Amino acid sequence: MTQSFRLENVGLINRNKKLSFKFNGKVYYGYEGDTLASALIANGVHLVGRSFKYHRPRGFFGAGVDEPYAIVQLYRNGETEPNIKATEQELFEGLEATSVNCWPSVNFDIGAINNFLKIFLPAGFYYKTFMWPKSFWFKVYEPFIRKAAGLGVASTKHDKERYEHKYEYCDLLIAGSGPSGLASAYAAAKNGARVILAEDKSRFGGTLLTSEVNIGNQSGKEWAESIISELKEMPNVIVKNRSQVFGYYDHNMLVMSERISDHLPTTKKFHPKQKLWYIRAKEVLISSGSIERPIVFGNNDTPGVMLSSAAKEYLKVYGVLVGKNPLIFTNNDSGYETAIEFQKNGINPVILDTRNDPKSEIVDEAKNLGINIKFSYVVVAAQGYKKVKSADIAKISENKEQLGAIENIKCDCICVSGFWTPTIHLASQSGNKTKFKEDIDAFVPGIPKQNETTLGAANGTYTLEETLKNSFEAGHKLSKEITKKDNKISFPNVIEKKSTVHDKFWCVPLPKGKNYKRFLDFQNDVAVSDIEIALKEGYRSIEHVKRYTTLGMATDQGKTSNLNGLQLVSKIENKVVPAVGHTTFRPPYTPVSIGAIVGREVGKHSKPTRKSPMHSWHEKNNAVFVDAGVWLRPRYYKQGNESLFEGSKREAKNVRTNVGVCDVTTLGKIDIKGPDSAEFLNRVYTNAWLKLPVGKARYGVMLREDGIVMDDGTTTRISENHYHMTTTTAQAANVLSHLEYYLQLVWPELNVNVVSTTEQWAGAAIAGPKSRELLQKLFPKSDVSNEGLPFMGYMEGDLFGVKARIFRISFSGELAYEINVESDNGNFMWEKIIEVGQEFKIQPYGTEALSTLRIEMGHVAGSELDGRTIPYDNSLEGLLSKKKDFIGKRSLNRKAFIAEDRQKVVGVVPLDKKTSIPEGSHLVKDSNAPLPNPKLGYISASCWSVEHDNPFSLAIVKDGKNMIGKKLFVMSPLKNKVIPVEIVSSHYVDPKGERVRS
Amino acid sequence: MLYIKCPHCGWRSQNEFSYGGDATVKRPELGKEVTDQEWDDFVYNRKSLRGKHWELWQHLSGCRQWIKVERDTATHEIFKTLKASEEIS
Ligand SMILES: [Zn+2]
Repeated sequence: MTQSFRLENVGLINRNKKLSFKFNGKVYYGYEGDTLASALIANGVHLVGRSFKYHRPRGFFGAGVDEPYAIVQLYRNGETEPNIKATEQELFEGLEATSVNCWPSVNFDIGAINNFLKIFLPAGFYYKTFMWPKSFWFKVYEPFIRKAAGLGVASTKHDKERYEHKYEYCDLLIAGSGPSGLASAYAAAKNGARVILAEDKSRFGGTLLTSEVNIGNQSGKEWAESIISELKEMPNVIVKNRSQVFGYYDHNMLVMSERISDHLPTTKKFHPKQKLWYIRAKEVLISSGSIERPIVFGNNDTPGVMLSSAAKEYLKVYGVLVGKNPLIFTNNDSGYETAIEFQKNGINPVILDTRNDPKSEIVDEAKNLGINIKFSYVVVAAQGYKKVKSADIAKISENKEQLGAIENIKCDCICVSGFWTPTIHLASQSGNKTKFKEDIDAFVPGIPKQNETTLGAANGTYTLEETLKNSFEAGHKLSKEITKKDNKISFPNVIEKKSTVHDKFWCVPLPKGKNYKRFLDFQNDVAVSDIEIALKEGYRSIEHVKRYTTLGMATDQGKTSNLNGLQLVSKIENKVVPAVGHTTFRPPYTPVSIGAIVGREVGKHSKPTRKSPMHSWHEKNNAVFVDAGVWLRPRYYKQGNESLFEGSKREAKNVRTNVGVCDVTTLGKIDIKGPDSAEFLNRVYTNAWLKLPVGKARYGVMLREDGIVMDDGTTTRISENHYHMTTTTAQAANVLSHLEYYLQLVWPELNVNVVSTTEQWAGAAIAGPKSRELLQKLFPKSDVSNEGLPFMGYMEGDLFGVKARIFRISFSGELAYEINVESDNGNFMWEKIIEVGQEFKIQPYGTEALSTLRIEMGHVAGSELDGRTIPYDNSLEGLLSKKKDFIGKRSLNRKAFIAEDRQKVVGVVPLDKKTSIPEGSHLVKDSNAPLPNPKLGYISASCWSVEHDNPFSLAIVKDGKNMIGKKLFVMSPLKNKVIPVEIVSSHYVDPKGERVRS
Repeated sequence: MLYIKCPHCGWRSQNEFSYGGDATVKRPELGKEVTDQEWDDFVYNRKSLRGKHWELWQHLSGCRQWIKVERDTATHEIFKTLKASEEIS
C-alpha cells in the first residue's frame, strides 16, 4: 500500500522512521509521529467503524480528544484494549487495531438494518420497547444488543502492565500547553513558582503548531519549542506531555493521567504503562483551548465530513490530506485558514460561507489566492454512503430560512467550521457557574469557585495577542502572590491575521420533500428529529432531554454535540440558550483506563499483608493460610494428604488430649497507662474493674453507646497504673479509636494514655491438659502451679534468657496459657515451645481447630458478636454491672432488648448426629410450612465436635432460653438442605468450666 | 479529596483522616438519669444539615488526635478546625 494522501515535506512526523501496522487485518505503513488516524487517512482509509444505534458508516471527525467516531479495539504486546480513539493513539511498529461496533465486518454490517428500520428507533426507543415482556430482555433483546452494539471488548485476562499513582504538590498547575498555557507557565516559572504544565498530546504548543502567526521574531511553532525547552531546564517546573488533567475535585485537587508507554510497542522494563497523578495545586490555570463546532446538515455523519480544524491539523502536523477535492463549509474565518493550507499545497478547495462577503484579512487572502468562494451558500446534504462523493448545496436567504435551487458538486470531503466552543469542563467540574457569552454563542467560565483561572480560548478569547497578554499577566500575578518575587517578562510582539465576526448559523433547514437525518451527537446517533420527539413528548429540562435521547452521553461526553443540542432545544422552546442551560460536566474529561485508577493495588497489593514473626516457621511446616483481616494466619498444618476437616480435627483433638500451640500474635493489644486507668476501664467495660489486683487478668465486654457488643477480650493489670488490653483481631483498630475518642473528647479529665502494641508482642497460646507440665519446663524457675499461677493469673518469666509475659487465660476451654515475648523473640519462643513440647506430644494448631474448640465450649466470638447482638443474646448478661454506669448501659433497657422472647445463643445438634449444618442456615419450626417460613434464628458457627464426635453448631434463636430440648429444622436453601435438629445448651463441653481452673 | 488542616500537624489530605460524626453532640454524664428522649437524641437523632456543620474527624494516619472541623456539607468548604480540647465558638 502506498500512502497516497501523504504530502512531501510537510508536517512534523519523522519520515526517516517508517512503521508498519495492521487495521482490520490489513497491513499499512505510516511514520513515527503519526496517530493511528493520520496514518489511516494517509492510506486513504476513511471507513473505521459503525455508529452505535443505526450502524451507519463512521470515519474521522476530529483529530484529538473530541473524536466521536474513530473508536477502535487496540492490540498491543499480547493485550487488548477497547474504546481507544484512533485520533489519540500514537502509531508504533506492529500496532494492530480493529473496528468496533460492527458485525460481521465493517463493510458489511448486519446492524445497519437499523438504519432502514429507523422509524422504530426514535428517541427513547430503548426505554419504550425493551421494557416488556421482561423475559424478552434476557433472551432476545440483550444478546442482540450486546452483539450488535458496544464500543469494543474488554479483555478477560489479567493485565500484565503496571500502573502507578503519584501525589504531587505545586503552586500552579497549568492544564494545556497552547499559547495561554505556555505564556502563563513561563511567567510563573520565572517568578520561582513550582509549576506543573500538562499537555494531553505528544507535542506541546496546541494551536501554535497549526496557525500562521509570529511571536517576536519566531514563528508560533518555534516560539512554543523555545519556551518548552527553557521550561524543561528549570528545576521548579515539571513539564508533562501525553498527560490529561481529567478531573477537578474538591480543595484544588486535580487528577491527571499520564500515558507513559501507550505510544510504544512494549512497556520498558520497570516502567509503568500509565501513571495517575493526584495534584494538590495552590492555583490552577485552565488553558484547555476550544473545540470547533460542527454545522448541522443532512447526512452530516457521512465519512469524509469532518471539522475543518482537524483537516488543517492532519495537513500541517502529519502532512496528510483528508481529501483531494475538499469542500469547506464555514460560518466564520477559521474555515479559510484550512482552505488556504490546501491551496498552498496544490489542492483547490471550494469554500461555502454562510455569510455574505465578510470583510476580513483572511477572506481577502483566500480571494487573492484565487480560491473558489461561494458566499451565502450552505451544504444541504452530503451524498455518498461509505465516503462523501458529492454535496448538495444551495444558496440560503438572508434570514437563513429559505434554500435556493439545489446544486450538486463533486467533492471527497466536507470540512466544517461552525465557530469555536471553549473547553470549560475543568472549570465546570470545579463548581464554576458558567455564563453564556453572546458574541461567541457559547458558555465560558463565570466567577471562579476554587482557585482557578481560565485563560485564552477556553475563556472565549480568540486572538493570540490578547491571549498571550492575559496569560503572561495571570502567570506573573498568581506566582507573585505565592513566591513574593516580581520578575517581569517583556511582552513579545505578535503578528496574526485579523478575523471578523462569525455568523451564528448552526443548522441547515431541510429542503422540501427531503427527510435527511441531521445528526447532533455523532457517537450516540442522536439526530435533530430525536430532540424534536423528546420535546413533543413533554421533556423540558435539558438534563431530562439528555437522558431520554442520550444526547452527549457517549464516551466523548458531547464535546462536539452539546452546544448544537442546546441551540435546537432553545429554538423549539423559544428560549435563549442560557435559559436552557447546559448539562453538568463530570469527571473524567476523557476516558481513563481502569488500570490507572486501580494503580498498584492489585491482587495481594490491594491491602497490606501482615505476618506474624513466626510466619516462616508456619510456612516450613506446611501451614495452609487464611486471611484474617489483613493478617495471614495458619488455618491448619497439613500432614500428608489431609483435608482441612481431617487436619483441624486432629489438631483440636490433640489439644483436648495432650497440648497444642497456636499463634495468637494477631490479637489486638493496647497498652494502657496512667493513674486513672482503672476508672477508665470501669467505664469502657460492662463489668467491674476498680478492684482488679496487680498480676490478675479479667475478661471484659465493651459496648457501643447503642448497647450492641463492640468487642471482648482480657485485660491484665501489669502494675499499679499499667494495663495490657487485648482485643479481637478484627476490631483492634476500631477499639483503639474508640478509646481515644472517649479519652480525648468525652472524659479529657482522665489521666490515661493508650497506644497500640499489637506488633510489639508475639503471642503463643498453649492449651491442653499437659500445658502446665510444658509451661513448667519452659519456665523452670517460676512457680506455675495452680496456686502459684491460678486461672486468670499473670506473671513474668524467663524463657531461656528471654523476658516473657505469662497469662493464664483460655480461649479453647482447656487448661491454657498465653506467652508473650517481644516480637523479635517470637520465633525463638515458638521453636522452644515446639522443642520442649515434644515429650508432651505437642502439635501446632490453626484457626480452624481454634474455632472448633471455642464453638463446642460455647465461647462467643466474631460470628456471634457481629454488630447486631447485645450481651444478653450472647449469654454475657452476667457481666453487666448493676452498680455502675458504663458506655452503652442506658440503651440496654430498650423495649426490644428486654423482650421476654429476646434472641439468645444456643447449641444445635443434628438428630442423626452426622449431617453437618451449613453456617448461615435458618432455624424453623416446620420445614413444610408455606413460604415465607417464619424464621426463629440462624446458625452463627458450625464445627465437628471432637469431644462428642458429631456435628455441633451455635445459633442465635428467638426465645433461646426456653428452646433448650426443642426439636426444630435447619433449612439452607443455598445448599438445598433440610436437617432435623435438637436445641441444646451452647456449652456442649465442660459446661461448668472446670478444666480452665484445674 | 478534601484538604484538612489538622491543628496539630498542619495541612493533610482527607485519606489520613476518618470521619466521626456531629461534633456538637454531648454525651450525657455518666450515672446521670436521662429520659428516653434525651438518650435517643444523643445516640440516634442527627440533623443531617445542609450547610455549615461542626463535625469530628480523627487524624488516624497522623497524630491520632480527634479534631473538630467546621465544614459546609454542600460545598465541602472548610472554615475552621479546632483541637478536641477547644470549644466550638
Ligand atoms: Zn494531626
